[in-house]
Amino acid sequence: MSVALEAKLGQAWKKPHFIKNPAWRWALILGSIAYFAAAWSGIDINFGRIARGWERGWQFISAFGDPDFTSRWDDIYKGIYESVVMTIASTVVGIAISIPIALGAARNIAPLPVYLVCRAVIAVSRALNEIIVAIILVAILGFGPLAGFITLSFATIGFLAKLLAEDIENMSKSQAEAIKSTGASWTQWINFGVQPQVMPRLIGLSMYRLDINFRESAVLGLVGAGGIGGTLNTAFSRYEFDTVAAILLIIIVTVMFLEYLSGIIRARIQ
Amino acid sequence: MLQLNGLTKVYNTGDKALSDVTLSIPDGQVVALIGPSGAGKSTLIRCVNRLVEPTSGEALLDDINITTLGSGGLRKARRKMGMIFQEYALVERLTVMENVLSGRLGYVGFWRSLFRKFPQKDVDEAYRLLDRVGLLAMVDKRADELSGGQRQRVGIARALIQNPSLLLVDEPTASLDPKTSRQIMRLIVELCEERGLSAIINIHDVALAQMFVQRVIGLETGKVVFDGAPTELTPEVLTQIYGEEDWEATIEKVDDDAEEAV
Ligand SMILES: Nc1ncnc2c1ncn2[C@@H]1O[C@H](COP(=O)(O)OP(=O)(O)O)[C@@H](O)[C@H]1O
Ligand SMILES: [Mg+2]
Repeated sequence: MSVALEAKLGQAWKKPHFIKNPAWRWALILGSIAYFAAAWSGIDINFGRIARGWERGWQFISAFGDPDFTSRWDDIYKGIYESVVMTIASTVVGIAISIPIALGAARNIAPLPVYLVCRAVIAVSRALNEIIVAIILVAILGFGPLAGFITLSFATIGFLAKLLAEDIENMSKSQAEAIKSTGASWTQWINFGVQPQVMPRLIGLSMYRLDINFRESAVLGLVGAGGIGGTLNTAFSRYEFDTVAAILLIIIVTVMFLEYLSGIIRARIQ
Repeated sequence: MLQLNGLTKVYNTGDKALSDVTLSIPDGQVVALIGPSGAGKSTLIRCVNRLVEPTSGEALLDDINITTLGSGGLRKARRKMGMIFQEYALVERLTVMENVLSGRLGYVGFWRSLFRKFPQKDVDEAYRLLDRVGLLAMVDKRADELSGGQRQRVGIARALIQNPSLLLVDEPTASLDPKTSRQIMRLIVELCEERGLSAIINIHDVALAQMFVQRVIGLETGKVVFDGAPTELTPEVLTQIYGEEDWEATIEKVDDDAEEAV
């Protein structure tokens, strides 16, 4: 038995600390505790306001027991219809634009200048929140679903192109090389060597984005960009909680339906 | 005929993977390229079809200088070089038939390939090759449903449907069990004979190489240190290529027991 081993035997073993320097470690732990204590004591709770709000909140919740689909049905129908059209159109257009941008934003496919331009487009799209874009577009284009459509298409690009580009960057290099070595052209190489590898992810992301766009379309209506959100906003401002409940229930059912659909589709394409 | 003149590759990490490799391989000759891991075997065959751009020197296939070709010319030249990979490199989510037909991409237009409308003679040739490698029943299976040996057979069919004059084979048996390894090596060598193809086969199993080829080239840190018949591989030569070890057991004639070619 070696001397080095002899010295080790009988000693307990502990996993090394994540932060090795004990001074730093304790400073961080105590610092975090102090921060949370300060944050907690900083919360200003006004019990009187909560008591008054409680009543209205209860009215709102109890409206779900008796939602009113009928009295504002025409408005609801028009809002839902607009939202669905806006969602589908913006998702389709967004995906169509995202795919070439994703190819350009994948470092293992695109030359550096193309890569930088595409990454910049993605960064801009992701930096601008949907609501802000919608407010600007409503100011330019006026009220209505056109502003919502453009907003959601734009947001889809940032989301889809980024995640798809990441998947392309993680693809198996050898599968793609094998296609290249047959003398395939660039487009054939993408179609045979790259597309099959990223297709499941592309479909999964597209379904997920469809779902996000539908939910976003409900919010965008609040700033006048069309869709069910506008109807919802009107109902709120009239304190028609039973109509609000009806609209929210429709949104929930639609989202659940989309979730179910995407589950089926994803199971089929793996 | 493949002719390499002073082929050199320095990766941009500074690794000199190939230095001044000059050799020629006549039509119909099957060569084993041996050498330790990192010797530059993969780099050499990748420089030939320019999956890796050589730093200097040239590679000529049938008197066409591949090294200086533009992208269109390179595509045409690549059609003449079938490549077979260590990890098979099949496109996993495509069917066996699509994988084999992808070997025709250099010959068909984009739209035909996009809609998988390959010429009937290509499809017939794919059936013939799949029959030859024993996978006719697997045509519509997805590549990721196959075993390792089966995948490599598809890889062989994909390379051959290119109608190449040269095969570049990168460690075809490194991921396979010993028996399947021999079957795959035998299949490759037989097909080269049938079709009069020349081939460079990278392989680190010296005994397997000796069993199947007429000529062995030994590579060590990017330089050719041996070029001769398999019988000339003495312990001294192997020591030069791989370093000090007891080589007697490796060279001992491995008796070629008859296995059925599945
Ligand atoms: N893409 C690469 N970038 C940088 N160095 C590489 C690359 N590929 C291979 N090398 C280096 O080149 C040398 C030869 O590698 P390789 O051709 O793969 O050898 P072999 O196939 O004989 O194992 C090694 O030192 C390896 O580290
Ligand atoms: Mg290698």
